[in-house]
Amino acid sequence: MISPPAASDLVTLRDVKFGYGARTVLRDINLTVPRGKVVAIMGGSGCGKTTILRLIGGQLRPKSGEVLVAGRPVAKLNAEDLFRMRRRMGMLFQFGALFTDMTAFDNVAFPLREHTSLPEDIIHDLVILKLQAVGLRGAAGLRPAELSGGMARRVALARAVALDPMLIMYDEPFAGLDPISLSIIGDLIRRLNDALGATSVVVTHDIIESLKIVDYVYFVSEGRVIAQGTPAELKVSDVPYVRQFVDGETDGPVPFHYPAASYRSELMAEIDE
Amino acid sequence: MNDIARMLRRLGGGVIDAVWRLGYASRFIAMVLAASGMAFRRFSLTMRELYFAGVLSLVIISVSGLFVGMVLALQGFETLQNFGAAEAVGVLVATSLVKELGPVVAGLLFASRAGSAMTAEIGLMKTTEQLSAMEMMAVNPLARVVAPRFWAGVISMPLLAAIFSVMGVFGGWLVAVKLLGVDNGTFWSQMQAQIDFRLGIVNGIIKSFVFGAAITAIAVYEGYDAPPTAEGVASATTRTVVESALAVLALDFVLTVFMFRGTGL
Amino acid sequence: MNRTTIDLWVGIFVALGLGAIVFLSLKVGNLATFKSDEGYHLDARFDNIGGLKVRAPVKSAGVVVGRVEKIRLDPKTYEAIATLRIEPTYQFTKDTIASILTSGLLGEQYLGLEPGGDTATLKDGDRIAKTQSAVVLEKLLGQFMFGKAAEGGDKK
Repeated sequence: MISPPAASDLVTLRDVKFGYGARTVLRDINLTVPRGKVVAIMGGSGCGKTTILRLIGGQLRPKSGEVLVAGRPVAKLNAEDLFRMRRRMGMLFQFGALFTDMTAFDNVAFPLREHTSLPEDIIHDLVILKLQAVGLRGAAGLRPAELSGGMARRVALARAVALDPMLIMYDEPFAGLDPISLSIIGDLIRRLNDALGATSVVVTHDIIESLKIVDYVYFVSEGRVIAQGTPAELKVSDVPYVRQFVDGETDGPVPFHYPAASYRSELMAEIDE
Repeated sequence: MNDIARMLRRLGGGVIDAVWRLGYASRFIAMVLAASGMAFRRFSLTMRELYFAGVLSLVIISVSGLFVGMVLALQGFETLQNFGAAEAVGVLVATSLVKELGPVVAGLLFASRAGSAMTAEIGLMKTTEQLSAMEMMAVNPLARVVAPRFWAGVISMPLLAAIFSVMGVFGGWLVAVKLLGVDNGTFWSQMQAQIDFRLGIVNGIIKSFVFGAAITAIAVYEGYDAPPTAEGVASATTRTVVESALAVLALDFVLTVFMFRGTGL
Repeated sequence: MNRTTIDLWVGIFVALGLGAIVFLSLKVGNLATFKSDEGYHLDARFDNIGGLKVRAPVKSAGVVVGRVEKIRLDPKTYEAIATLRIEPTYQFTKDTIASILTSGLLGEQYLGLEPGGDTATLKDGDRIAKTQSAVVLEKLLGQFMFGKAAEGGDKK
């Protein structure tokens, strides 16, 4: 008998396995996200971090194991319940995923217009409020093509929190940003989480920036959680993978070379021909 | 021997893949139809797509219609004159346009002008995760993005085909009456005497309606199914044009057989 | 582009499209000249209707006055019965002759009505008594060759 998740945990993944066809992405993932905290899921590129977010959002279903959000199994919800749950989740996609045919204002107003029947003047005030929170009230009339990468990310963040979600998910929020935008986004993740009383899951490989703002970190490699702890614990961790990640070494548990036949035999084969 | 086995295996694989795709596409279209409520409840969504699919196709459709009609009249006049029936040029132009060329050529133009744009747009929305984002905001992209485009296409096509035919008849009239000196009265009266409302015009409209549904179904499916890369979207756009063209021509044959069988017209 | 501009353009587009359909129906097609639910019916019996088809025109002195509505075979007499729908403005005498004719040498077949001198006119459901069947090319050729052969026999 498995113990029920603690009421203080908003998200629980238990023995989760997932793969696309024959390719296994997640072998055995166990992790919990306590309410009110900012939790980072870290790992190298292509280790299945984004897949974890899609499992939590119900866009993918695990092959086995359980994904619980607010105590409910996401994979077993019907379409209507799943949509009801997603209204209480916000997600920031890697490059913002703003609707290109709408202004920044309309992008932020989108979830409000779709899910509420609020009059237009109240929607206007709410949108301005959210844009002000990310510092882009002045950019309300601009289209996504006119925004810089960092600004687009911030508008998308305003959109993700438009409905005051209980859970905010971030897919690589720091990727491809200049140092200033990077700090702004990091700061916003922390501040919005605390101001809204929400819970945040940040999927990233940017260790320096994320260790500044998160409460707890899970390291994922080869489909498993291989290390976890608070930022302070991880800085002194002696797990080789974590050391390589924190120190940014090129070789270690994550090898520099992609698996290949012996270098020597490959070179000799060419000469033989 | 090995080569033959390999070839057979590849052929079999191709056939299974094609059948699987057909089934998947049919299920997709059924899902779009089931999610069509919003396209009509919030008609402004469909309105916007009508603008892109219909209004922006007006110029190419009108100009092509005009030229096709003019060429038909010129060619028809040459041939009919040999039989001393030059005044029947109006009938020739109008019959060809209303029953066949109007729906078919307007369909081909619509596929390359509006269909390809739909595929590219939906494919790009998928590539940039806009569809995913919509799903995560608890909005069904089939209802919000795909269905309005589908219905806008279905509504636009008959109107565009009719405009194409009228422009063609006008072009034919310009050449026949104004240029070649066919009598104006004969031109119109022969046309009216020969073209039956139900057999000619209603069937033409039905055809264009079916073509519209086929083209937009292919366009939205290819966009939604496109691999999320620049290359994927590009090849999906090409496939839309090729598949739509083939679908229009094949459907035209099937519909013509059904419509005009046994009526002798 | 704001919404009212889009609405305006779509409005223009739909108006043009519907206008085109109306134009095709009235000016190009025959919707204005012939309404299918008006008019009265006449029956005509033929030994052979040749290539006459349903919806073929019924003409009198070259003017279209109606359409062939139905063609069926009388199971007892093995005659073809064509039901015609004639426009109500045209009346035909009792002794009208109905014949199946071809427009031009290779054109479509139509039904010609040739009125006689009678004063009484045909009413809805009446039968046209005098009819002339279609000319069947094979029979005509057969007769011609038969005649030639007979001629040749005489000379001998």
